[in-house]
Amino acid sequence: MDLIINLTINGLATGMLIFLLAAGLTLIFGLMDVLNFAHGGLFAWGAYSGLWIYSQTGSFLAGIIGAILTGFILGIITERWIIKPVYGNHVQQILITLGLMLVLSEMLKVIWGPNQIMASPPDYLKGSWELGSIIIIKYRAFIILVGLFIFAAVQFVLKRTKIGLVVRAGVMNKEMVQSLGINIQKVFMFVFMMGAGMAALGGVLLGPYSGVIHAGMGMEFAILAFIVVVIGGMGNFKGSVLAAILVGLSGSFMAYYVPDLSLAVNMLLMAIVLIIRPQGLFGAKG
Amino acid sequence: MNKLLTLDQVETHIGQYHILQGVSFEVKKGEVTVLLGRNGAGKTTTLRTIMGLNQATKGTISFKGEAIQTLPTYTIAKRGIGYVPEDQGIFAGLTVEENMRVAIQTENEETAKRMEWILNLFPDLKKFWKKPGGLLSGGQKQMLAIARAYVNENELLLIDEPSKGLAPIVVEKVMESIIQMKDQTTIVLVEQNFMMASYIGDCFYIIDDGRTVSHGSMKQLKEDEEMKRKYLGIA
Repeated sequence: MDLIINLTINGLATGMLIFLLAAGLTLIFGLMDVLNFAHGGLFAWGAYSGLWIYSQTGSFLAGIIGAILTGFILGIITERWIIKPVYGNHVQQILITLGLMLVLSEMLKVIWGPNQIMASPPDYLKGSWELGSIIIIKYRAFIILVGLFIFAAVQFVLKRTKIGLVVRAGVMNKEMVQSLGINIQKVFMFVFMMGAGMAALGGVLLGPYSGVIHAGMGMEFAILAFIVVVIGGMGNFKGSVLAAILVGLSGSFMAYYVPDLSLAVNMLLMAIVLIIRPQGLFGAKG
Repeated sequence: MNKLLTLDQVETHIGQYHILQGVSFEVKKGEVTVLLGRNGAGKTTTLRTIMGLNQATKGTISFKGEAIQTLPTYTIAKRGIGYVPEDQGIFAGLTVEENMRVAIQTENEETAKRMEWILNLFPDLKKFWKKPGGLLSGGQKQMLAIARAYVNENELLLIDEPSKGLAPIVVEKVMESIIQMKDQTTIVLVEQNFMMASYIGDCFYIIDDGRTVSHGSMKQLKEDEEMKRKYLGIA
């Protein structure tokens, strides 16, 4: 039982990190019909910039805020100058965002060097709590709490604010939103910025979780995030959180019980969902 | 009477197709102007072009004396044009309340009054206030679409085929509601149902093959059997 609880906590922590990346990806796809393959690059930039700020200031909180701001800025630049000219053209979107992904990754090597960078949590998040034979690693619990907080915050914005209402309406019918006097371009930028900020937050949180960061981490996690988006249903926010937890948990349990299958399990999950329910677990039939 | 909207030789291409090839008409304040024509004549494209959803490639569209054909859709809507599309454009996953809330541009006393008025006109909307828009009947969806366009202080409403696919009794209700709105706003109506068009409309324009080919008062059209047969297929 203790083992199961520990594996569950590990899985939830990984799931929350994937969720932070996938949530933006799914909202951007749902609202803007954009396949952003550069999203992982924003995740990696969040990790590098956040941990650099953390190392310079000694404040992990400053690192987190810095990473989110980096995500916001890169998100605005990406949406305005890279994505906007290719709205409506999926092939061009894939090519240009894949290209941007490579540029973002290589830029990290130019600025911070090609080697891995070690990362550790701040002292107050090191160590663990022992509840009988259950060991809860503080940093993992922290990631889960941050993930839940972000989920609740985004749900609040989507359900209780006018901008959230407009985003939900925009996912359903962009043309009608504009016909009601709403500047959808501004909404696009807001969503892209928030998505990029969440990805960057995921990146900076991953560093101390995995112990190292490297320039290729964006691509690795982006693949997981895409799997989550497909399983959850393209454009479905709630689906992305549940699918991320599912992927996190299955990865955690499989790594322990059937290590040989741990890498394949996500692909397997996606294949099963695509066969049984091609629109994803929570996606609308299209 | 003041001219509220003027289209002058408007042309629109959609992809390789030349849909509007010279649409011209005037809409006078306080009137209901009906656009008539066969299926595929270009009536819906005309409304979409006024809203900026399709780009006019030639000609001018003036609203309150200002050219609007190059403006983005949201600016055109903010200038005071409400739009009810042919497919109603209901946000299926949002409740009736949310559909209304997303439409309100500025929350003030006037919009509150308009909201109250329109909900009294369509009590079904109040009844299903918390129900998702996608679960409403066809008639209720049409009422919601009209209410959403009306709730802001729009000077002009563009309504595309409000009777399409509705049961006769619902068509009557929609027709009555448009007649009540006539006193407060100017309306451009695209309508295939000639009975409804002739009952509500003050004047008409006939669009055929992307061009305006005829216009006049509705009274004239009612009496002109030849024109009705030629352009509207009504014997």
